[in-house]
Amino acid sequence: MKYVYELHKTMIANNLILVYEGEFTQDITKSILAMAERNMDAIGELGGVKRKVFSVMVECLQNIVKHSEELNEKDEDGLKNNAIFMLGKQINEYIVTSGNPIRNSAIPNVQAKIDRVNSLDKDGLKELYKEIIKNTEISEKGGAGLGFVDMARKSGEKLHYSFEPINDEYSFFALKIVVPRVE
Amino acid sequence: MEIINLEGTEETPKVILDKDNGIFEISGRSLPEDVRTFYQQILDWLDKYAAAPNPETKFTFKLEYFNTASSKMILDVLTKLEGISGAKVIWYHHDDDEDMEEAGKEFQDIVDGLPFEFKTY
Repeated sequence: MKYVYELHKTMIANNLILVYEGEFTQDITKSILAMAERNMDAIGELGGVKRKVFSVMVECLQNIVKHSEELNEKDEDGLKNNAIFMLGKQINEYIVTSGNPIRNSAIPNVQAKIDRVNSLDKDGLKELYKEIIKNTEISEKGGAGLGFVDMARKSGEKLHYSFEPINDEYSFFALKIVVPRVE
Repeated sequence: MEIINLEGTEETPKVILDKDNGIFEISGRSLPEDVRTFYQQILDWLDKYAAAPNPETKFTFKLEYFNTASSKMILDVLTKLEGISGAKVIWYHHDDDEDMEEAGKEFQDIVDGLPFEFKTY
């Protein structure tokens, strides 16, 4: 039972106020958002910061829901339930982190999208947003292809990511977005 | 013409589309799992309304939050409104919500044939 205490200490050491590991659905997304909102309300967080954290969380969580569904359909044992979502709170910033398995074949596309977003400044992101929204169609999975652009715009920071190999077919995609606690 | 009157939830906005009383409003939060199904009923209603619209259509958007998938569907609603003569958007944003104000201005830039009026609440 020592791991309980170890996990507790790890969470405190990393200032994690919310950690969820498991299956991701729209209902779970709503519950996670409600918990984060309550937590931010309880400490009287600034309205603007709260809205930005909420936005980044929604895009991040809905991304996972879409990807985990794909794995669920394939019934990949041991892979389908291992997405993780974390919210950390430091003195000057919130840190939204997610991790989920993705197909190795999908990596170049995801990486290119994030690298493009990270190469742009505020005005560049605004133009990219307009370009995508004008030309996009809602995908079968219900996305508009605007998630990463919106995360970068709302946070005002670069998106951090990594891909850790799991096996020949899958890698673990970790994404971190920092939201400054200033308006 | 039929009235659409949907109560808002934590993931879907309140929607009122009432031709006879001249009320056209989408307000609250929009982050449904299936944005297409939710917004399709609004787009379908607007298609019917466009065949015989009121002389004036003041369409109120008073959104607290919408996700990126919803933003695409909102653009589709605005594009439909652009084709209705006498249509105008009243875009509300909370007085300290610059992102929501900017989102409205971006829609205004894209749908440039549709008049926008900005208000705070």
